[in-house]
Amino acid sequence: MMRTFVSTLLLAFLALAAAPTQAQEAPDALVKRVAEEVLQTIRSDKDIQAGNQAKVKQLIETKLVPNFDFARMTALAVGRNWRNATPEQQKRLTDEFRTLLVRTYSGALSSYRDNKMDYKPLRMNPGDTEVIVRTAVQQSGQQPIPIDYSMEKTPEGWKAYDVIVAGVSLVTNYRDEFNDIVKSSGVDGLIKALADKNKGPTPPPPPAAVPIK
Amino acid sequence: MKPRTCRATIILAVATLVLAGCGTAPTREDPLEPFNRAMYSVHEVVDGQVVKPIAETYVKVAPEPLRTGVSNFFGNIDDFITGINNVLQGHATRAGDDFGRVLLNSTFGVGGIFDLASMMGIEKDKQDFGLTFGKWGIPNGPYLFVPLLGPTTFRDGAGLVVRIYANPITYINDVAWRNSIYAVNYLDTRSQLLRSESVLETASLDKYRFLRSAYLRARRYQVYEGKPPPEEEENQ
Repeated sequence: MMRTFVSTLLLAFLALAAAPTQAQEAPDALVKRVAEEVLQTIRSDKDIQAGNQAKVKQLIETKLVPNFDFARMTALAVGRNWRNATPEQQKRLTDEFRTLLVRTYSGALSSYRDNKMDYKPLRMNPGDTEVIVRTAVQQSGQQPIPIDYSMEKTPEGWKAYDVIVAGVSLVTNYRDEFNDIVKSSGVDGLIKALADKNKGPTPPPPPAAVPIK
Repeated sequence: MKPRTCRATIILAVATLVLAGCGTAPTREDPLEPFNRAMYSVHEVVDGQVVKPIAETYVKVAPEPLRTGVSNFFGNIDDFITGINNVLQGHATRAGDDFGRVLLNSTFGVGGIFDLASMMGIEKDKQDFGLTFGKWGIPNGPYLFVPLLGPTTFRDGAGLVVRIYANPITYINDVAWRNSIYAVNYLDTRSQLLRSESVLETASLDKYRFLRSAYLRARRYQVYEGKPPPEEEENQ
């Protein structure tokens, strides 16, 4: 179970990217276009397949990061304690959380190239500013894994503020972690924990692809 | 060592381990947290030193078609178990698909080695006894981390025990053969987890807690078939 959650969490991240366009692209069209672009890049780039971490990180920074609202994501993950944090603390939290996520997924993106994405029809009312875009990752010989993106409309285009893989929300999962730390060592303790984690060595690339179960 | 001394030693050892894990307040869903954390530590050592290196070697040395075939073989048994559970859950059509998969893959797929059913578009489901119990309304019970097995709950653990009786491999009389197949099954599963595990390492601030959260939520989602009721905010 864990493997499915975590391995597809990566895919969820790789699915969103690219610069926003003039006329706001519909959220489902955005997800689809970007997911396909990133998958295509991974499939064709030999360096990435060989495990070039720097290139993967760059792919994430340029294509993924602009399509996420990390500030909101961090605020949601920190929960009630966010309101008690100073703007300075909030900024540091957002920066460290973003770094953590980028590092995490740089480490494993290279392995994922054989997966086909299934894009579900979007259910949305014309005036909605928040929607859920539903997709599923096909895996050969395995049941598809649902990945949902909670997206909000911003002046810069639709952005994701949560990713839900097989029912597990990224924000909620991190909220558990963050709550415990803030409870015992406060917001500064959380900032330090994240910063320390991010200062650690870059994780080695994972072993070669094994058929995902 | 005399039996009484031996027993006392074991009790002392376990108590020490449990106390060593203390320092975190157990949550409602994880009343055994100190014990579980101790078990997790044990698991990390044994898994890290013994099991994981074997799994890594397996991935490096065994050619992909072989590994896929092995995966498919055990996946076929999974389909059988899934079929049983879909029947128990009252999902006749799904069970039909599951047993259809098993039939097709066992015959034309040569004992399950080739997953022809997926190639033909028959969707693969994954149900287990833990989920069936959940759908029958049985609550999780305490979270449990079992070394070498992984995260589970009292309910899901009971499901795993039931699975032993439903698993055709159990009925192989030759003990050596049966154990060998169990071992390969374990190896196959462990090798599947190598990638996710490295991500868990980097993604989490506290692996134990992250894993527990993800496990419990994922199971909840599966029990409610994608529509879980909203979670209550824990008082902070």
